[in-house]
Amino acid sequence: MSVLTVNSLGKSFGGVRAVENVSFEIGKGEFLALIGPNGAGKSTTFNMINGQLAADTGEILIGGKSIAGMAPRDIWRLGVGRTFQVAATFGSMTVVENVQMALISHASRLLNLWRPAASLYRERALELLAQVGMQDAADRPSRELAYGDVKRIELAIALANDPQLLLMDEPTAGMAPRERNDLIKLVKQLVIERGISVLFTEHSMDVVFSYADRIIVLARGRLIADGDAAAIRDNAKVREVYFGTGKTFQGASS
Amino acid sequence: MTLDAFLFQALNGLSTASGLFFIAAGLSLIFGVTRIVNIAHGSLYMLGTYIAYTLATKIGGAFGFWGGIVLTALFVGVIGAAIEMLLLRRIYRAPELFQLLATFALVLIFNDMTLWLWGPEDLLGPRAPGLAGAVEIFGRRLPSYDLFLIFVAPAVLILLHFALAKSRFGRLVRAATQDREMVGALGVNQAVLFTSVFALGSLLAGLGGALQVAREPANLAMDLAVIGDAFVVVVVGGMGSITGAYLAAIIIAEVKALCIAIGVVDLGFIKFNASKFTLVAEFIVMAIVLIVRPYGLLGKPQGNVRSVAEPEAPIRPAAPLLKAFAAVVLALLLALPVVAQSSPYVMVLATDILIAVIFATSLHFIMGPGGMHSFGHAAYFGLGAYGAALLLKSAGFPMLAALLAAPAVALLGALLFGWFAVGLSGVYLAMLTLAFAQIVWAAVFQWETFTGGSNGVIGVWPTAPFNKAWVYYLLALALAVISVLLLRRFLFAPFGYAMRAGRDSALRAEAIGIDVKRIHWLGFAIAGGICGIAGGLFAFAKGSISPEAIAVGRSIDGLVMVLLGGIQTLVGPMVGASVFAMLQDTIMRQTEYWRGLLGCVILFLVLAFPQGIAGAFSMLWSRFDGKRGGRA
Repeated sequence: MSVLTVNSLGKSFGGVRAVENVSFEIGKGEFLALIGPNGAGKSTTFNMINGQLAADTGEILIGGKSIAGMAPRDIWRLGVGRTFQVAATFGSMTVVENVQMALISHASRLLNLWRPAASLYRERALELLAQVGMQDAADRPSRELAYGDVKRIELAIALANDPQLLLMDEPTAGMAPRERNDLIKLVKQLVIERGISVLFTEHSMDVVFSYADRIIVLARGRLIADGDAAAIRDNAKVREVYFGTGKTFQGASS
Repeated sequence: MTLDAFLFQALNGLSTASGLFFIAAGLSLIFGVTRIVNIAHGSLYMLGTYIAYTLATKIGGAFGFWGGIVLTALFVGVIGAAIEMLLLRRIYRAPELFQLLATFALVLIFNDMTLWLWGPEDLLGPRAPGLAGAVEIFGRRLPSYDLFLIFVAPAVLILLHFALAKSRFGRLVRAATQDREMVGALGVNQAVLFTSVFALGSLLAGLGGALQVAREPANLAMDLAVIGDAFVVVVVGGMGSITGAYLAAIIIAEVKALCIAIGVVDLGFIKFNASKFTLVAEFIVMAIVLIVRPYGLLGKPQGNVRSVAEPEAPIRPAAPLLKAFAAVVLALLLALPVVAQSSPYVMVLATDILIAVIFATSLHFIMGPGGMHSFGHAAYFGLGAYGAALLLKSAGFPMLAALLAAPAVALLGALLFGWFAVGLSGVYLAMLTLAFAQIVWAAVFQWETFTGGSNGVIGVWPTAPFNKAWVYYLLALALAVISVLLLRRFLFAPFGYAMRAGRDSALRAEAIGIDVKRIHWLGFAIAGGICGIAGGLFAFAKGSISPEAIAVGRSIDGLVMVLLGGIQTLVGPMVGASVFAMLQDTIMRQTEYWRGLLGCVILFLVLAFPQGIAGAFSMLWSRFDGKRGGRA
């Protein structure tokens, strides 16, 4: 059974059809890139899957369960980790406390008024930090970190609930090329080790074509291609939306 | 009640609405452009009435009256410009709360200045020359001046509307209301724009105040009374909307007038006098509007205006040094009854300080870690105090049981009010919490048969052994220590962390399964419950409780205490509460003008220590520490 199934999804804002009839699936352990030019509907699709936006039509199944009407926090409880396009942490906490927060939430102990939180799940949090290479910064205030490190912390937080599915909105945005490669390599390695499925949007084509198992392409709200790197590279429609056909102006003048 | 009487009251309401409109329009304009909630706006209104009174009586005649009103408005406008240039300009970048505090300091200073210049008596101005008579409408006599007021407000509204729609200044004001950063980026001189908007808003307040001169006596309580109404109007109408302000002024004034017109209602099983619920009615309207339309009737959602405050450092368990210090302080406090045997006043003052500490620490719990800036913490203080007093007096509870029930009463109130409040944020949350506090206050004030009205509940004395001041002090000390330690424990527990996570980033907190609203709601309730302890202690310490003790002033005192101590530290509210309670007690004994002095102290602190006293010390310490570490 697929981890995520999206069935004829649609969303309009006013008169604009941002997403129209989009369907795809992610299998277990698959590293799936969602790409498309600006305004293609990537973020809208993404935000419907993570529960930030409600879909107008269609359905989204996570582990076979429909998420219609669920808040982001309920979707997280289904085993969906998530990172944001603009990374940020809880600025008033240390690095390790940020991860502990997610672990405490995962264990449903948020309403505990008594046990000092700093001692809860610290070991597990340090393990997660070690996996993203941030164990040395564990006790630093998270607001002092460089942006690339914040992205790693976010990843550690997203892994805290042992997710089946990881949603990453432009995981490498705002990073230097070197950092970019390192981060994606790390994610890919985690995917393989833990059998997590990942859906990510990305603007950097090197990252997409070197690491994604499969790529789906959106343009003007519609899914126009779905396949592996080679297939997408040779797809005429994809070339058209990215590079143009050179026919745009002929069509208009004739 | 006849239809005529009903319509007559409606007319009366319209003339009251005009005064409300002037002050609310000014407040709204200023907020829209500068994002400052000017609490001192009521003081400018009051000054308007006083100055117009002086001009009308000293110069006399038609010119003294009508010319005086115009001159007054202009003069108050100049005062507003001076405030903006001398004070506000220095704190635009400070956290929102500091701006509120600074304008509140102005309220205190203006109030005492007025007392000094005009004395404590109410001053009723002369009848308006040319409009001294009355007109017969609906079988009653309506003063023609009131009729005049009914038409002035819409005239000014139309004038303002065209000024804002057509002039370059108006376009700038509207642009800045929508996005002031963009306006700055486009090369508009913001300093001039802000000063002139502040002057215009002040002018409107002064005009509104001056026009009241023939209608009601100038008195020293006007400033807070009118600012309360004005807030309600602005929030109901929508921040930044002038037309909204007019609409809301009419709605509020009419609701009040209707309450009076309805009079005694007999529902068969219960009989009550609606005219006694004018104050409650006003705040109920506001609460309903905020719940249904969180941005007011004609308001638009405000873009998130920065939080320029430094993000706070992670909380750490108390260092050995702090623990040792706390132990020393506690030992000293325990020894105080022995040391101060000869002076009973010391025990009273110390008990007051402990009550203030509980009050401020509970407020800080939601303001700091929760990020909810409550302007109505007095509500839970009042519920605790009245809960304890009434259970003792009416239900025959023994003293200790009544005292222990105080936090339960306050907790229930906070659960109810908090449920609505946590749906909002920023200024709107501040206003809704204020509204709830005013509902509690007004209900207590006007429900005479149950609460004793303005006299309050008296004879709430502690029983033996707590009837001795030093024993009661020790009880207060025990409760204060328990409250502070409990709140601290909660903050270090997962709950406190979740509350901070929700404040730091609600979006991210939700993304890791935290139900931010629920957590903040419970936090709000806990703070309310603990605050109830302070209220209960207060009632027994004073032997009585009256509406005055739970009015808006107490909420503001709490804010001052928290900000004085520094919102970013956990020790801050304790330091702030102690300093504030001592200042209030000592200054109050020295001079008749303690409010003004307190205002000056607050202004000084706001300008000199934008991080609060404890914050400033910890900054100094970390600097010192850094240097030492650097050399080693």
